[in-house]
Amino acid sequence: MRANLPEYELKSPKNISEVLALLADDPGVWKPFAGGTDVMVLFEAGLLTHKKFVNIWNLQVLKGIETTNDHITLGGLTTYTEVQRNGVLSDEFPMLCQAACETGGIAIQNRGTLAGNIANASPAGDSPPALLVYEAELELISSKGARWVSYTDFHTDYKKTIMREDELISRIRLPRTMAGWRQYYRKVGTRKAQAISKVCFAGAVRMEETHVGEIRIALGSVAPTVIRCHATEKILTGQELNPEMIDAARAELSREVKPIDDIRSTANYRLRVATNLLEEFLRA
Amino acid sequence: MSEGDGKIVLSCSVNGEPQLLNVYPMARLLDVLREELRFTGTKEGCGEGECGACSVLIDGLLVNSCLVPVLQMAGAEIRTIEGVANGEQLHAVQQAFIEYGGAQCGICTPGMVLAAINLLDRNPNPDESEIREGLAGNLCRCTGYIKIFEAVVRACQNSKA
Repeated sequence: MRANLPEYELKSPKNISEVLALLADDPGVWKPFAGGTDVMVLFEAGLLTHKKFVNIWNLQVLKGIETTNDHITLGGLTTYTEVQRNGVLSDEFPMLCQAACETGGIAIQNRGTLAGNIANASPAGDSPPALLVYEAELELISSKGARWVSYTDFHTDYKKTIMREDELISRIRLPRTMAGWRQYYRKVGTRKAQAISKVCFAGAVRMEETHVGEIRIALGSVAPTVIRCHATEKILTGQELNPEMIDAARAELSREVKPIDDIRSTANYRLRVATNLLEEFLRA
Repeated sequence: MSEGDGKIVLSCSVNGEPQLLNVYPMARLLDVLREELRFTGTKEGCGEGECGACSVLIDGLLVNSCLVPVLQMAGAEIRTIEGVANGEQLHAVQQAFIEYGGAQCGICTPGMVLAAINLLDRNPNPDESEIREGLAGNLCRCTGYIKIFEAVVRACQNSKA
């Protein structure tokens, strides 16, 4: 059933302080509304139980990409289109650009935002596995002030995060430390565009001669949240990437992921694809 | 500006004409275009951002109008399929869709034409994979796409001629 329009409120405060005041006023009552690419889908389907939203789409303070020697910092409202057009991101963080290219189609990429992709907290998001591998940090702001948190700690359970109801994600910061790392990103879905992933894999490895110096692996759509696969990383670190080691890593990864059957795929398929992607990454 | 009934007043422009709207803030741009302003060239397909039938240009960017709440349109310049032809003179993309049979039932066509125009604005010389990528968010259940891709290639040639 379609949504009943008069039941919904969408306010548009003039500036960020008014937005934060509204979020703090009665925590949980007002929710931020950016590009709307997730919220409006639920709305039209009559499934949007939350009724009061605060528009942040027009707030310049949440836009723009800044680069320093050590970091690149993206405003929360940075769209997938803007991600793809940034030179530093395409040179140093190609997995994020690839995720942005493979999210929806052009029309979605013009409206969907990075902070929205994170805050929506879907385990099937396309950018989160890349952000986990890049060890992103998030700035959460509220009327009480700002705090930086590690993205690794952000998701706690299905659709649950450490963010308080009076907070929003204002900035996403990536440390520029990927020189010398080989990166691999692959989203497996029904088609290339407009599809939600069945499995999404992001990996980066820094070799020390013939051995793995450091390795980072993250997956989407194989657990209640996107996950960093620390156990698999641990058994690979310091090792040579020979066939026996790759088999051991596949076995470890299959213990670490917890895929389910749902409308998009099956647990078995996801498990097989996740381990195949790990192997493709390690053999590349 | 707020009214007592939960509606808001906002102004924007559609195809170059200023419009003053009295609407619920969460109303979908798609519904406001079709039902309030009678720009019925914009079609509803899926209503969830998958099919692109409702594509319009907002300040030059392609968007799905089913996913845009009208409140965010304050001050925006919106272009719909009705704003594409210049009087009786069809746009090169429209002309090419006719020549190459790029339309059958017509439901996807307005969105497809706007996506193609937007692609050519960004990239006047797209190769086939760039055309496929530019139109990937627009679904057609009739043509099998090939005639649409041919029409876009033709439109590039025509606009250079």
